[in-house]
Amino acid sequence: MTNPTGKVWQRIPARQEGPAPELSTEEIRAIDEERSHYENDAAAGLEALRIVQRARGWISDDSLRAISAYLGIAEAELEGLATYYQLLFRRPPGAEVLQLCRSSSCWILGCEQLQGWLEQELQVRPGETTADGIFTLLENPCLGACDRAPVMLLGEALHTNLTEEKLREVLAEKRRRHADQSAD
Amino acid sequence: MLTNPLTKNIGAEDVATDLQTYRDSDGYGGWLRALKMSPDELTQLVQKAGLRGRGGAGFNTGLKWSFVPTDRRAHPVRYLVCNADEMEPGTFKDRLLMERDPHLLLEGIAIAAHAIGAATAYIFIRGEYHLATQRLQRAIDEVTESGLIAGETTSLDQPLQIYLHCSSGNYICGEETALLNALEGKRAIPRAKPPYPQVSGLWGRPTVVNNVETLCNLPHLLLHGAEWYRKLGRGEDSGTKLFGASGKVNNPGLWELPMGTPFREVIEHHAGGLRDGLTLRGFLPGGGSTDFLGPQHLDLPMDYDTVRKAGSRLGTGTITVLDEATCPIGLVLNLSRFFARESCGWCTPCRDGLPWVVEILQRLENGEGTTNDIELLREHTARMGPGNTFCALAPGAAEPIQSALKLFEQDFIDHIQGGGCPFH
Ligand SMILES: Cc1cc2nc3c(=O)[nH]c(=O)nc-3n(C[C@H](O)[C@H](O)[C@H](O)COP(=O)(O)O)c2cc1C
Ligand code: SF4
Ligand code: FES
Repeated sequence: MTNPTGKVWQRIPARQEGPAPELSTEEIRAIDEERSHYENDAAAGLEALRIVQRARGWISDDSLRAISAYLGIAEAELEGLATYYQLLFRRPPGAEVLQLCRSSSCWILGCEQLQGWLEQELQVRPGETTADGIFTLLENPCLGACDRAPVMLLGEALHTNLTEEKLREVLAEKRRRHADQSAD
Repeated sequence: MLTNPLTKNIGAEDVATDLQTYRDSDGYGGWLRALKMSPDELTQLVQKAGLRGRGGAGFNTGLKWSFVPTDRRAHPVRYLVCNADEMEPGTFKDRLLMERDPHLLLEGIAIAAHAIGAATAYIFIRGEYHLATQRLQRAIDEVTESGLIAGETTSLDQPLQIYLHCSSGNYICGEETALLNALEGKRAIPRAKPPYPQVSGLWGRPTVVNNVETLCNLPHLLLHGAEWYRKLGRGEDSGTKLFGASGKVNNPGLWELPMGTPFREVIEHHAGGLRDGLTLRGFLPGGGSTDFLGPQHLDLPMDYDTVRKAGSRLGTGTITVLDEATCPIGLVLNLSRFFARESCGWCTPCRDGLPWVVEILQRLENGEGTTNDIELLREHTARMGPGNTFCALAPGAAEPIQSALKLFEQDFIDHIQGGGCPFH
């Protein structure tokens, strides 16, 4: 179901019972470091979600339960954060997250056509992952590089002055890399 | 005399100035000077210099600091927060400062923290700014290790701690009270004001939120004085600012120029005018939440009050250029979609009004508009205006729409009478 702003509403599956899953040693170390920066542990909840997503790519139900148990923050609170913030993922994305800027300057310089091309090429709509699990396409607000529009983030790398030609090259390069990895 | 204090360390090569290089050219000299002053003297100096907030609203920085309660015993803990969320559509100025001269920002933070008596400062940086985050963290480590700000006493006789908080997204995090909620680990929803953050902010403590560029103005202001700083401006306002231009111009970019520089100089001279022989229809002077201005406004000096009197806002000072071949309604639709998506949902005119506006504009683009739609748009934007919502997101969202209705009214009529978008 879609609301008028285009956000997709999703049913969230029921919780599982049993002992809470565990965080890794590195995750705990990073969370403890963040905890020491704030007046209370509640503030570390949001940081913990980021840390866990960085390590695991997304925030699963198990991850929510693990953070909840470790910091003593209700799962519902964490769920409230994870579903509110756009950069926190409650579904696993593909190996490469592609955030295409859809804001004003990039729009003036043709990001809509680029998005159309990407949707065709990848056979996905924004928010979806390609069948081979490599790419997830997301629409992003202004990426703060409007003087080099159109732009996108691919993982952590900023790609600027985009054209179809450039997109084709970047995608091919990533596909090659993933093919090599799975061949190893 | 120095005329480009914000960018003097920024060269052609994409590298961050390191601590040694930064110190070799007067770096942290402003901080050392600030330490010799009392917080009161410092606040007055900055107020007198006329530094105005570069986050968009242009509020006098020293005046903002002066609202922080001075009673140290009643309010032992205070916070300084640097707003590095930069998500305003069309804005790309704080990124440059953080990526290229991170110590300038850290020095500014140290000075502001001293003025308000804060022993802890947070930099709230948007999650997509990966390179800036890396370079800032390195600079924080460098300066902490050097003992330059951590070892020196602040006005609280405690070492100053600077922490980075990477945002998990959402434009509303840039609104200062929503930002404080995010820092506290909550959903980023604005708070009702009053109380203002200066009195009751982060965890209820006195807190000042300042923009990256605002803070970057401080080191040289301290080093060269208020008189020098005022004279940097060409007109009413003091200092220099990063001004930018994007859209279909020959040379899109960002330049440090005196306050009071006319729009024309940025668009025609620095950005090289419009490309492909296009002509200028209008421009957003400082981000997606400012009113459109037209070619008749090109000679206005870029000062906060002057631009306000012309019916817009200087905002972030990064100009989005609208050319004759681009549909103004399409652009307004693009912006309204953004604002609708980013609404936190607290206030009805924003949560419900924005999706309606999007629907109406889409209707116009599709050729299904009626004359009544123009009236409907006027009604919605009036309801989204100042005073009807908890934060400035909705009034900001209304600005490009209501000014487009004035400046490009004929385009709206053409969309209705011509059965769709003539630009397609
Ligand atoms: C919806 C919204 C988004 C904002 N985003 C930012 C932002 O990204 N960066 C910023 O500095 N100020 C932003 N502001 C303005 C801040 O609320 C605040 O006024 C500013 O950080 C104060 O800093 P200054 O006095 O140094 O300008 C935003 C305001 C609103 C209403
Ligand atoms: S104006 Fe919009 S974003 Fe601001 S508080 Fe109200 S609903 Fe939230
Ligand atoms: S509009 Fe795309 S980077 Fe700013």
